[in-house]
Amino acid sequence: MSLRIHVDVVSAEEMIFSGEADHVVLPGESGELGIWPRHTPLLTRIRPGAVRIKLPDGGEEFVYVSGGMLEVQPTMVTVLADTAIRAHDLDEARAQQAKKAAEELLQKRDSSMDYAKAEGELADAIGQLAAIKKLRNKH
Amino acid sequence: MASGKEIRTKIKSVENTRKITKAMEMVAASKMRKAQDRMLKARPYGEKIRRVAAHLSHALSEYKHPFLEKRDQIKKVGIILVTSDKGLCGGLNTNVLRQLVNKMRELDGQKVDVQVTAIGSKGFAFLQRNGAQVVSHAIGLGDNPHIDSLIGPVKVQIDAYNAGEIDELHIAYTRFVNTMRQEPVVEQLLPLAGDTVGSESSRWDYVYEPDAKSVIDDLLVRYLEALVYQSVAENIASEQSARMVAMKAASDNAKNVIEELKLVYNKTRQAAITKELSEIVSGAAAV
Repeated sequence: MSLRIHVDVVSAEEMIFSGEADHVVLPGESGELGIWPRHTPLLTRIRPGAVRIKLPDGGEEFVYVSGGMLEVQPTMVTVLADTAIRAHDLDEARAQQAKKAAEELLQKRDSSMDYAKAEGELADAIGQLAAIKKLRNKH
Repeated sequence: MASGKEIRTKIKSVENTRKITKAMEMVAASKMRKAQDRMLKARPYGEKIRRVAAHLSHALSEYKHPFLEKRDQIKKVGIILVTSDKGLCGGLNTNVLRQLVNKMRELDGQKVDVQVTAIGSKGFAFLQRNGAQVVSHAIGLGDNPHIDSLIGPVKVQIDAYNAGEIDELHIAYTRFVNTMRQEPVVEQLLPLAGDTVGSESSRWDYVYEPDAKSVIDDLLVRYLEALVYQSVAENIASEQSARMVAMKAASDNAKNVIEELKLVYNKTRQAAITKELSEIVSGAAAV
């Protein structure tokens, strides 16, 4: 068996790279990591930077990631790449922003779900749909 | 009976409507293909994380993450509602909203409060009108949603979960079965159900850098976001196919209406000619 590792680079939105490699070099949280076949199982965060994948034919593949997670198993490397720039403060800011937008809207109204009104509205819509269906069958 | 000119105008207008619905059908069909593609592309990430999470839940018995722990008493529940931004897609949004209202009513019966995150403006508007507690929302995501715009609104719910404000988190969206069938579903996100995490039995463990806790925290948050993103992607695929089917039905209906109108038009035309002929003939006979 030749010494190769299977490398997958995936993001939440798409598969970026999948294939065999000789070794991989990537920016781990506590320093640059070189992963060769039969590496010990490892789980860590990675920093934004380039993932360098050395292909068996001598070529190289570069993938830029804006951070993410790295999973290493003896014959397999999985990079779970973030597509969004992540940082604790930034995430916090995003959440705060979302919260604020909702609160501003909330102030304009009282906050008890009116089930009767909701069901009335739904019944209306369902009635319309049923009518359309009936009309369609008639033709 | 309507005059010939009136019917002609009517036919013209229905024909124009048909052109529009036909165009919308075609646009939806091409968008659907892209949306389906995107949905499939998002899958590997979720699968990979699930595999790692499955392994973690077994390898790591000393650190129990709150996401994996079931709480005894449920006082408040968070729901993420995924709907489309635009209408004209048949019963898609109505069906998922009905599921949501049923769920909320059921929880209300058990004296459990609900707070909602609305993704998509149709659901957001519905919740606003009906006075639900909306803690965050994301609207106008477009056909190509970016996970960036989901992080904030989802984090509001995750923070509430971590702070003990909510004890469960659910997601309501329309699952894409195939082009003709979409299914509104309400699924539980938190705590992560045992079977979604899987049961892989292994004795080895990872080396964690910098430490197990922070790595797992990060991983599970990403897992959750990936699940939400996947639901949004499925919802868009559902929306486009529902719209395609609805517009196809509308075009077919318009076609039927045009045929009927044409029949009426020809009948009135024929009647007019017959009348004219008989007038000429009787006029000639009188001479």
